[in-house]
Amino acid sequence: MIYIRAFVVGGTLCALAQVVLDSTKLNPAVIMVSAACTGAILSGLGLYGALVSYAGAGAAVPLFGFGHTLVQGMMEDVAREGWFGLFTGGFRASSAALTGAVVFGYLMAVLFNPKG
Amino acid sequence: MPRANTREKEAYRKLSIKASPPRPILRNAVVAFLVGGAICLVGQIVLGWVSSTGIGRVQALSRTQTIMVFLGAFFTGLGLYDKLGGVAGMGAAIPITGFANSIVSPAMEFKREGFILGVSARMFQVAGPVIVYSFIASLLVSSAVLILTK
Repeated sequence: MIYIRAFVVGGTLCALAQVVLDSTKLNPAVIMVSAACTGAILSGLGLYGALVSYAGAGAAVPLFGFGHTLVQGMMEDVAREGWFGLFTGGFRASSAALTGAVVFGYLMAVLFNPKG
Repeated sequence: MPRANTREKEAYRKLSIKASPPRPILRNAVVAFLVGGAICLVGQIVLGWVSSTGIGRVQALSRTQTIMVFLGAFFTGLGLYDKLGGVAGMGAAIPITGFANSIVSPAMEFKREGFILGVSARMFQVAGPVIVYSFIASLLVSSAVLILTK
C-alpha cells in the first residue's frame, strides 16, 4: 500500500534527521542543508530514484527529495543537450517548487503577522 | 566580577552535564517519525489527487511539492506550523513544508524592517543556504556521474 510506504519512509527520513540533531551539535539549518545535499548524492548513486518509485511522496516531500529533483533535472538536460544541461536542469526541474516558495512565501509573510 | 578560570569552567561543564536531564533521543525520534510521516502521507494523498488528472509522473511530483510548499507557507502564516515545529523538530522541518516554514517565519518576523531588507531578504535566511548548497552538490554529483559513465 503506497500510503503506508509514504508514511513509513517519510517518517524514517525525518526520524534520522532528528537523531542527528539530538546527537550532534549541528543546528536545524545545517541539517536541512545536509539533507538536500545527501539527497543529491543518493540520487547520483541511483538510490534515491528507486526510493521515490517505492515510496512516492514519502521520498519526494522530504528535503532529500529536493537534491534528487536537481540531479534528476540536470541529468535529463545533459542527456538532451550535453554538459550545458548542468546549468539548466536544476532550475528547470525545481522551478515549480521554487516559484511556489518565492510567491507563496512572500504572500503569506505579507498577509499574516507573527502570533504571540 | 572576575571571570571564571579554566578549571572552574570545566567543573561547571561537568556539573551541568550531570544535572541536565538526558536528551530524550528516542522520544524525539518517534515524534519526528509520526509527524514527518503524517506530512508525507498528506503529500501522498495530494500526489494521488494530482496524478488522477493523467499528467506524467515527474510533473505530478513537481505539482505535489508545490502544493506542499503552499500548505507549509499557509499554516506558518496562521501561526500553527511553528507550534508543530516546536513539538516535532525535524519531523516538521525536513518535509518541504518545513522549507516553506523557514521562508515565511523569519519574513513575517522581520516585516517591521520593511519589505526589501525585512521581508524579502529574510525569506532566504535558511532557504538560501539550502538552495546554494543543494545546487552546488547536485552540480558536482551530476558532473561526477557524467564523467564516470562516459
